[in-house]
Amino acid sequence: MLKSPATHSSTAPVTSDKAKSKAERSESGFWLNAKDKYYAWIFLGPSLLILGVFIFYPMFRTLYLSLFLTNTVGKPTVFVGLSNYINLLTSADYLSSLGVTMVYVLAVTVITIALGLILANYASKQLAGIGIFRTLFSATMGVSVSVAAIFWLFIFNPSTGFLALVSNWLHLPQINWLTDPGWAMLAVIITTVWMNLGFTFLILLGAMQSVPTTLYEAASIEGATPRYQLFHITIPMISPTLFFVSIITLIEGFKSFGLIDLMTKGGPTNATNMLVYRIYKDAFYSGNYAQASAESLILTVIIAIFTLIQFKVLEKRVNY
Amino acid sequence: MEMVAKQKLPQKILNYVLLIILTAVVLGPFLIGLWTSLLPTMDIAKGNFLSLHISLTNYVDAFQKTPILQYLGNSLWISTLTTIAQLIFCSMSAYAFVFLRFRGRKVLFILFLATMMLPFEAEIIPNFMTVKAMGLLNTYSAMIVPFLTSAFGTFMLRQSFLQMPDELKEAADIEGLGHFQFYWKIVMPYNRISLITLGAYGFLGAWNQYLWPMLTTFSNAFRPVQNGLRQLQSEETFNDWGMIQATAAIVVIPTLIVLFVGQHYFKSGMNEGAVK
Amino acid sequence: MSISLRNVRKDYDQQTKVLEKVSAEVQTGEFFVIVGPSGCGKSTLLRMIAGLTPITDGEVRINDRVVNELPPKARKLTMVFQNYALYPFLSVWDNVAFGLKARKLSQSDVQNRVNNALKMVNLTDFKNRKPRELSGGQRQRVALARAVASDADICLMDEPLSNLDAQLRIRMRQEIYNLQRKLGLTLIYVTHDQVEAMTMADHIMVLNDQHVQQIGTPAEIYQHPANEFVAQFFGTPQINILPAKRSAENSHLLTVGSNDMQVALNEEVPADQLRIGVRPDELTISRADSVDSNAVVKNTEFLGNETIVYATLNSGDNVRAVLPGQVNFRGYEPIKVQVGSHLLFFNNDGERIGLTKEEAVHA
Ligand SMILES: Nc1ncnc2c1ncn2[C@@H]1O[C@H](COP(=O)(O)OP(=O)(O)OP(=O)(O)O)[C@@H](O)[C@H]1O
Ligand SMILES: [Mg+2]
Repeated sequence: MLKSPATHSSTAPVTSDKAKSKAERSESGFWLNAKDKYYAWIFLGPSLLILGVFIFYPMFRTLYLSLFLTNTVGKPTVFVGLSNYINLLTSADYLSSLGVTMVYVLAVTVITIALGLILANYASKQLAGIGIFRTLFSATMGVSVSVAAIFWLFIFNPSTGFLALVSNWLHLPQINWLTDPGWAMLAVIITTVWMNLGFTFLILLGAMQSVPTTLYEAASIEGATPRYQLFHITIPMISPTLFFVSIITLIEGFKSFGLIDLMTKGGPTNATNMLVYRIYKDAFYSGNYAQASAESLILTVIIAIFTLIQFKVLEKRVNY
Repeated sequence: MEMVAKQKLPQKILNYVLLIILTAVVLGPFLIGLWTSLLPTMDIAKGNFLSLHISLTNYVDAFQKTPILQYLGNSLWISTLTTIAQLIFCSMSAYAFVFLRFRGRKVLFILFLATMMLPFEAEIIPNFMTVKAMGLLNTYSAMIVPFLTSAFGTFMLRQSFLQMPDELKEAADIEGLGHFQFYWKIVMPYNRISLITLGAYGFLGAWNQYLWPMLTTFSNAFRPVQNGLRQLQSEETFNDWGMIQATAAIVVIPTLIVLFVGQHYFKSGMNEGAVK
Repeated sequence: MSISLRNVRKDYDQQTKVLEKVSAEVQTGEFFVIVGPSGCGKSTLLRMIAGLTPITDGEVRINDRVVNELPPKARKLTMVFQNYALYPFLSVWDNVAFGLKARKLSQSDVQNRVNNALKMVNLTDFKNRKPRELSGGQRQRVALARAVASDADICLMDEPLSNLDAQLRIRMRQEIYNLQRKLGLTLIYVTHDQVEAMTMADHIMVLNDQHVQQIGTPAEIYQHPANEFVAQFFGTPQINILPAKRSAENSHLLTVGSNDMQVALNEEVPADQLRIGVRPDELTISRADSVDSNAVVKNTEFLGNETIVYATLNSGDNVRAVLPGQVNFRGYEPIKVQVGSHLLFFNNDGERIGLTKEEAVHA
């Protein structure tokens, strides 16, 4: 699936803050500068309005709600300070959600990157018809959550599914992929990795192709094996990209919702009850808006930390 | 290219074998899905995968018995409007950050930067209430208005605008072009590759929305396709696997086509967004 | 369409003071070249005339009207940029038409002007191409066509030829010159290339060190440079500047270096201590035995029709001389160097001595 950066997400492009605006660098257009502030309102107004109403206001509103108790329609009633947070962070249930999310996010990131590297490595070989493989490898970018869920729900289906059938043939024990707490997480991880693979592959391939070929030529003259080249040239050279993809995958992992809803509904017995799904359940099923708001804020903090790390590291790399 | 010549034949064959295995792994779920979408549900239920009763019946059923076309239409409409709006509003705010001089520009810029750290998923509670208060629940607007602009798009275009040579602005000043003319006649056409890339992102982003439409739509008249598929799957059709797979295939095939055609733009866009 | 600059000053900020006391008069239809080393503020000055950069102090007048506060478009001028500033997404024809349409000229007027302009720069056959499908020289011509098509009478050019190779530069130099003459444009042309300045200009302004060094015709600048900087800036190989003094016994006698050469002048030597400028082709060189010699040859360069001789005077000063034809010297061969009668005198601050006010600023 394509990460959806276009919806207020955290997949940041590199923004070199050092780059001054044109208006600042050259003094061009200075005649209009006096009027620029009016134009600024026109040009920025719509975006500011939308971001204000749907990003900034809700941020503060969420913070506010998280400090209260709320009634069933989400109106704050009693101020309770940080107790929503304290309750959450002392509840085994919530901590297990956090833990489950961490396991999921880490597993997804590590496996996606590893597989992406393998795919990109083979797809960057100079072979006839390699373009076809490149296209095919990127195919899962076109798969949306619900399509991925349907494909894999069928594969995992315990009675008629593909895996059930295969294990039947091979006389292996049946696995209740989605109803066994031990296996459900793995099923969700596999599906997520598959969905992420196309995107990760394409970015890593792009990075690999921009490594100067002279590096490889020099290395092969010195007799380095392809394997040695992969670990000592390719991976170090593409490490900024590896970092970038990892962070994006991590952040997207924390925000996972669709697959959970479609495949496990957080179950079985909370085995896949991850942060966003929990927020949704607590707010819109249980009507506990205050607690869900506190959860939202914790999620925001986690994601903000990773985004900041990303900004910082990328800034350093870009500005040298 | 000389590397090709040097590669020995057995190694070449090994590479192809590995590539084909990898392809099978990546495409497996597609192929299983597509294959079963052609089989009668009875055969699927019996585990008779190698059945030869191939037909398009499931597809016909999907079009006739489910509102899949309605869902697709909804998604198309929502995604198109969102994309157009994002192209306009993101390019306008990027223009302001690059070509206008005004007090507080830095602060606003940092504010925009900050929004990229705030996940929409963590703001659904107040946003739901806002949309409800506006009376937009179960409308297209509910799914479009919050995404009319994006900080990501603004940054991407800002990077692109910054690459324009200063002389273009100066030449425009000498010709006497105002900001609107310069924006529309020069900046937009000059940056059309970036705009196409952003458009593709915006479209797919909107197309893949799941949580938000799920909260804000209750009827098939407005439900986009992602949530529509969920609806179908949870309804009585649940066990009609053949047809479910057909609906999934109907949804994924156009996306794949768009993707393969537009691959070039995605790649360049991602590289712009990633590390140069 | 005369342009006049009065005491123009430019500070980008407290630390970056770029220009000071720049004054000049540019007459209608004149080819006016601003020349100077890199970073001396040529572009800045041009952009101030265009109205792209604000003026810190002083006045810019166009047709006797102060335009300091006028935005660029109200100044009725065109500008050709070093990188041409072509719109990559428009065809050649549309590039040329762009400014005209922006100024809301009638459609037929636009048609005529663009077609004429393209014909004038020989680009009619290329009118449907995009800039990236053109060679460097053709792009340059599109930029020229834009200036030609415009109804503005003033054209500003900032190093328009510096992106071209040497051959093409010479050809385009010709084309620009012809166009300017044909159209009667008032052209202000920035370059750091002294040859361009000498070959095209009606008047040259030499900028250096924040100040106007001299304004004059190419001949005046070459023959009567206001100071050592100007003298050294024009002419290849560079002029020889040598220390000299008035002989104690005879006030008409000039001693160059440490007694290496003596020159008898018609008039009195104008100062006790001074520096003289001698163009390399004003030096004469003869073979001499070591007793008679006042220099040794270091190196020679044969250029086909002339030979440049690099020599070191006994005083340690290096000189360059241009001799016609092929002349062979051995390395370290002793020679006798003599200066001709065309001498420039500079005081120890590098100002020319005996300079009339008229000569210094002549525009
Ligand atoms: N926008 C600016 N802000 C601050 N300083 C500037 C700015 N533009 C130019 N300068 C400085 O002003 C001086 C003159 O610059 P200018 O571009 O006019 O030189 P130039 O004579 O055109 O040089 P070149 O031949 O290299 O083009 C330089 O030292 C430059 O660093
Ligand atoms: Mg310059």
